Amino acid sequence: MKSIYKTGLTLAGLALLFLLIGWANGHLNEYYSRVLNTAAIYIVAAVSYNLINGVAGQFSLGPNGFMAIGAYVTTLLILPVSQKQAVWFLQPLVWPLRAYSLPLWLFPVALLAGGAAAALGAFLIGIPALRLRGDYLAIATFGFGEIIFVLANNIIPLTNGPLGIKGIPNLPYLLWVTWGCAVLTVLAVTSLVNSSFGRALKAIREDEVAAEAMGVALFRHKMLALVVSGFFGGIAGGLLAFLVSTISPSAFTFFMTFTLLIIIVLGGLGSTTGAVVTAVIYTVLQELLRVVESPLDLGPVHIPGISGMRMVVISALLIAVMLFYRRGLFGGREFSWDWLWQKWTKRKGTSWNQTAASRS
Amino acid sequence: MEPNGGQPLLSLRNVTMQFGGLTALDDFSLELAPGELLGLIGPNGAGKTTVFNVITGQFAPTRGRILFQGRDITGWRPDRVTAAGIARTFQNIRLFGGLSVLENVLVAYHVRLRSGVLGAIFRSRLYRREEEQMRREGMALLERVGLAEVAREEAHGLPYGQQRRLEIARALATHPRLLLLDEPAAGMNPEETRQLMGFIQHIRREFQLTILLIEHDMQLVMGICERIRVLDYGQSIAEGTPEQIQRNPRVIQAYLGQAEADEEGQGARHDVAG
Ligand SMILES: Nc1ncnc2c1ncn2[C@@H]1O[C@H](COP(=O)(O)OP(=O)(O)O)[C@@H](O)[C@H]1O
Ligand SMILES: [Mg+2]
Repeated sequence: MKSIYKTGLTLAGLALLFLLIGWANGHLNEYYSRVLNTAAIYIVAAVSYNLINGVAGQFSLGPNGFMAIGAYVTTLLILPVSQKQAVWFLQPLVWPLRAYSLPLWLFPVALLAGGAAAALGAFLIGIPALRLRGDYLAIATFGFGEIIFVLANNIIPLTNGPLGIKGIPNLPYLLWVTWGCAVLTVLAVTSLVNSSFGRALKAIREDEVAAEAMGVALFRHKMLALVVSGFFGGIAGGLLAFLVSTISPSAFTFFMTFTLLIIIVLGGLGSTTGAVVTAVIYTVLQELLRVVESPLDLGPVHIPGISGMRMVVISALLIAVMLFYRRGLFGGREFSWDWLWQKWTKRKGTSWNQTAASRS
Repeated sequence: MEPNGGQPLLSLRNVTMQFGGLTALDDFSLELAPGELLGLIGPNGAGKTTVFNVITGQFAPTRGRILFQGRDITGWRPDRVTAAGIARTFQNIRLFGGLSVLENVLVAYHVRLRSGVLGAIFRSRLYRREEEQMRREGMALLERVGLAEVAREEAHGLPYGQQRRLEIARALATHPRLLLLDEPAAGMNPEETRQLMGFIQHIRREFQLTILLIEHDMQLVMGICERIRVLDYGQSIAEGTPEQIQRNPRVIQAYLGQAEADEEGQGARHDVAG
């Protein structure tokens, strides 16, 4: 297929998405908007997580830590001063955060700062962890997430501890913001992955020793993937803060990482489009499966609601998918217009062949 | 044969490599003149691959120095050694299996990219020009080594002989002056081996390479090397022309010992992935 057609199709897809969001902004109730927002945030988080885990093949367990940093930094910058006084009533918030906040319309600055802070965190944890070969990154990033959790719980003058921070102002047009970020993240990450740098990252994933022997500086490139991943993870965290309007350490436990890991494995490690699709599927599924956690009355039999049942179902689903699609739904490949075109023409081809065969 | 004013391209000076208590390479010295094709042979576990691993910076030698074009490269990281002009292949093929044949080659050009990350993400003019240049150069290289038809196929799907060839092409893409080939004929039948030897001589001429060739099989190297070095138990035991080596009693002894050990089934000296 000619590349001009492909660009056209991609632009048409984007236009369709924006039309949809424009419509949703006015017509959906709060519940459905929330689901849509959540899906977009999961896209940002999963696509960035896939960059380090799937594309570069470096097993990080840190996205919860990066998201936490992004959420807290964004919140601290944007929360109105009056609200800050109300939230930190036992111990005051540290100066100068206590006295200054950004006006709401500067939310992009707050989000970018959250992303930058998370990227810095990724850089700092990467310095020791990426110098060593093997599974140190997994251990170090897991520890990093735990440290962030403990810090968030205990540095009360900065985070307000386990009570969390309430009253994060609502962003008007949040759907535009979350989906705008999702689109930008996907475009930026895809562009990186399809560049010479992306090839170097994939080479590291395929064979680290050979990649280094071909001149790829391992540390620098792994760091690049980790920092970019951390940056967008931080953005996802900031968006989440705006969506839920209350953040506390418990929102960023290892469970968040586990969720994202499920998403990228289901989508097919290394596939950005796979991560996008499964992020949406996961979000929707999570909502649909609320039924299995609510109490059920079957005539005389009363089954009480079991919380956590959703995860059991999702885990079972994960196992099922892994049995039939060992390498995830997209098998590490990307959706592409070429692929769709080939499927389409092939299907037409085979059906024609079949009729020809049945005639003879 | 030292055409360039006598300065060797590569010299190893008293290199020793120990792994714990095991001395894989013992006080090993070697000089390679520009344009030379030297064969490095020896029984399994003799330390041949270790020679490559210390030259390319996979391991820093325990003792000794390595000089390339007069520069001390001892302990350099592998990617820097490659950038300096030394490329290698591996005893057990190590391609980027999930990447296409062309992409395998393109990875080797990455080190010479001048655009930064942001330039690449935003597809700056410079980046687009560089990418196009890389692709053109990559395809031209694949033409030259006879892999252009399979450029878009995934590397792990290639037949064995073509995988070996691609590994060499990928090494050539780094623009090396010195090429290290680690048992390139391993696992090939005699016909494939004959073709490969022809191929090596061809690229040596066409890319003006200096080549250090490891072969486990003595007969193979005899045909194309002017000079052969023999390793046994990490030590240099002989050097000379193929005829001299064939008649050398210590060499015969080393290979006989190997044959006996193999018959007794003592796999104590085994290969380590190169
Ligand atoms: N990374 C390593 N760690 C420990 N021992 C090694 C390592 N690499 C090689 N050796 C040992 O060094 C010796 C020489 O190995 P090698 O250079 O691979 O031999 P060759 O290539 O001649 O068959 C062998 O005994 C091997 O087991
Ligand atoms: Mg070997």
